[in-house]
Order: sequence, then C-alpha cells, then structure tokens
Amino acid sequence: MFNTSLGIDDLIFLAQGAGMTILVTAIAVAIGTVLGIAFGIFRYQAGPVLAAPVTFVLDLFRSIPLLIQLVLANAFIGTVLRLKMSGFTVACAVLSLYTAAYCAEIVRGGIQAVPSNTRRAARSLGMSWFQDMTHIVLPLATRIALPSWIGLALGVMKDSALVYVVQVTELLKSTQILITRLQEPLFLLLICGAFYFIISFPIARFGGYLEKRWSND
Amino acid sequence: MIEIEKVRKSFGQLEVLKGIDLTVKNGEVVTIIGGSGSGKSTLLTCINGLEPIDSGSIKVDGQDVHDKRTNLNKLREKIGIVFQQWNAFPHLTVLENVTLAPRKVLKMSKAEAEEIAVRQLRHVGLGEKLSTYPGRLSGGQQQRMAIARALAMSPEYMLFDEVTSALDPQLVGEVLDTLRMLASEGMTMICVTHEMKFAREVSDRVAFFHKGVMAEIAPPEELFGAPKTAELQQFLAATH
Repeated sequence: MFNTSLGIDDLIFLAQGAGMTILVTAIAVAIGTVLGIAFGIFRYQAGPVLAAPVTFVLDLFRSIPLLIQLVLANAFIGTVLRLKMSGFTVACAVLSLYTAAYCAEIVRGGIQAVPSNTRRAARSLGMSWFQDMTHIVLPLATRIALPSWIGLALGVMKDSALVYVVQVTELLKSTQILITRLQEPLFLLLICGAFYFIISFPIARFGGYLEKRWSND
Repeated sequence: MIEIEKVRKSFGQLEVLKGIDLTVKNGEVVTIIGGSGSGKSTLLTCINGLEPIDSGSIKVDGQDVHDKRTNLNKLREKIGIVFQQWNAFPHLTVLENVTLAPRKVLKMSKAEAEEIAVRQLRHVGLGEKLSTYPGRLSGGQQQRMAIARALAMSPEYMLFDEVTSALDPQLVGEVLDTLRMLASEGMTMICVTHEMKFAREVSDRVAFFHKGVMAEIAPPEELFGAPKTAELQQFLAATH
C-alpha cells in the first residue's frame, strides 16, 4: 500500500539538517535578542533625533526580504570587503541583525507599556535609573513582550530556511536534496514539516508555560 | 526640617504653584486641603525632586532638593512618598515589594531587609500576606503595602498624596488608621487629603491651597472653626 525508498541514512541526513536549523536559529535569536534589548532601550531612552539613524538601519533590516539580505551580504563580504567568511557565519550574522531589528521594536513596546507611575514609585524609593531598569522595567517588559518574542523566535526558525542561498544545508535544503534523489516530494515535505513542528512545539509550549506562571503573579 | 520658599512651578502655560512658602518642623503633621488643580499634589512631588521647580527653593534638612549637585537618590532615602495610585510592583510578592529598595538602595542583606519588612508589614496589618502577589490584594491592602514599602527605608519624612482617593469607601478607614498610627508615633508628615475629619484629627497645622496659592494655614480648630477667606468658607461648605 505504501512504499518509500527513504532509508535510515536519509533520516539521519534530515536530522543533521534539522540540527543546522536549530543551531542557526539559536545563535541568531541569542545574539539578536541581546542586540535587540540594547537597541530597544536606546530607542526608548534617546530622543527621536538621536535614535533616528538606528531606527533607519533597523527599518532597513525589517523591510528588505531576508533572501535579498543574505545574497547581498554574501556578495558584499566576498567581493567588496574581500573577506573569507563561511556561509554559516554570513547566515548567522544576517539572521542575527534581522532578529535584532524586530526584537528592538518588541522591547521598546514592552518598556513603553510599563506604567510611568510604577517607575515613579521605584525612583521615589531612591532607586537609580539603572536599578529601576533592571528590577522593575525589564522584568515587567519581559512579561508584556514574551508572546511577541516567542512569535519572533518561531518566525526566525522558519525564515532560517532561506540560508540555503549562502550554501548552508539546513532542514529544508536537506529535504530538497533528498527530493531530487528519491523523487518523493510530498512524503519528504511531510517529514520535513514534522521536523519543523517537533522543533517549534517545545518553544511554543515553554512560552505558554511562562505566560501562565507569570499570570498568577 | 522641610523649608519651602517662594516655590513657583508651571506646566506649560499653566502656573500651578504661585510662590509657596511653608516650613514643616520635625515631628509635625501638616495636611494640605484644597480643590483639585490647586497645586497640592504637585508640591509633594517637588519636595522629593520627582518634578523640577521653576523658581524658589525647597530644602530638606538644609539640603537644596533642586540643586544640581544634590544626590537625589540619596536624598529620597529619607523622604518616603505614597501616591494616590499605590503602584505596587506586580511581579514581586508583598515581601519582595518591601525588601527591594532596602536591599538595592541601602545595600542591606536579605535577612536584614526581610526582618525590617516583616516588622513594617505587621505594623500595617499585612503580616499574613507576605508571599501574596499584589494583584491578589484589595486596594486598601495594596495601599498599606505601599506605606510599608516606604517605611522600610526608615524615612525621616513621609509624604502622602491623596492616598485614600482611589479607594472604595469601605477601605478608606483602614488606610487612615495606618496614617493616624504613624502620626501618633511622631513621624513628620505632609498629607494631601480630601478627608476633612482626618485632617482635623491628626494635623498640627492644616494648609488650604487655592489656585496655586496657600490661602490659609492654621491649627485645625482655628482653620476649620473660623475660616478667614471666602474661598475656604466656600470650600468647607461644599465638602461638609
């Protein structure tokens, strides 16, 4: 009834691709979040004039399709800067900035949503700007921003499929290689989709768990 | 001692304080009454430097609050303020709300800060709620927690900005009782309030603010018994 030439080696090959997807995503989300927090605080704190150049660059990363960013960055680094950089490094760098651009907006929105009266109370207790930021504003902003941030992380995971253009063999590219060889596109895409789901599900559930825990506060 | 001299303050075109003079001695309880927009709350936020002033001076123990060289964070350690909206830190338990500033600002150990916090929370009747999150407390309980939070810094002065205005009527009493207790213990306090009975009971002096000016100031029996200005007579007639 059901026949496939998909062997155990092929599944291992797909798993390796999935591993690459997880690695690129983890690096991009980690670096992107740290940068995003820094840019987000800067955009909130610096006036509109001072923040304008940063805002402009972040807008560029948010509005140009990731595929174009990857191709252009790769060409720019290779031919203009004449640097030898692996596709993996280029992929991580571009995806990190792409993540940071979105994360900065999420962070800024989260900070803005913290009531000014709460901050006033913190400052009136003698807490410095920095203490207010680390003990009151960021913890509260994290709670507010978490659902958007989880959405961003899942989005970046799926967008990371595009890094094949800089010769990184991640999950989707691995699948395509197998499709070319085995000629079973629908079945292989189904397996590939299952892999993506297995990666995403724990992230989404973990976010849900944190949200539920914090809502009890 | 808090010395307020010729303080003026505007928000844009609107001048909310038009030359306020007021001296509050240690151990004294001064309440400020007056209609909304009379500048009473603004004055409190100027005293601990949350709002800048346009001219004049405010000195706390001789230290000019609005001098650029003044370390405001340091100064605020001895001036507690409680607002109309209690502004609990919603992500921290009642105990953590109260221990945060003593630990971070006064650099107390956790044990030391908790000992003081528990004492202050018991003092305001919240000894049973230590590990509760503020979201589970009533408005009156949250307001008493805010008072304990300010008291845990061992301030020398307490400013209360209409602390019962946002409460349901049946919760006002418990918060006013806490304030009465503090006053009887000798805390130096400035209270902005709409509770005339309370002002009459606890105050050493009552100040009446009208349109940014301190129209009258006198001991309560004198101010309420024989109001001099027409504005105060009208105000008292309207609130009684």
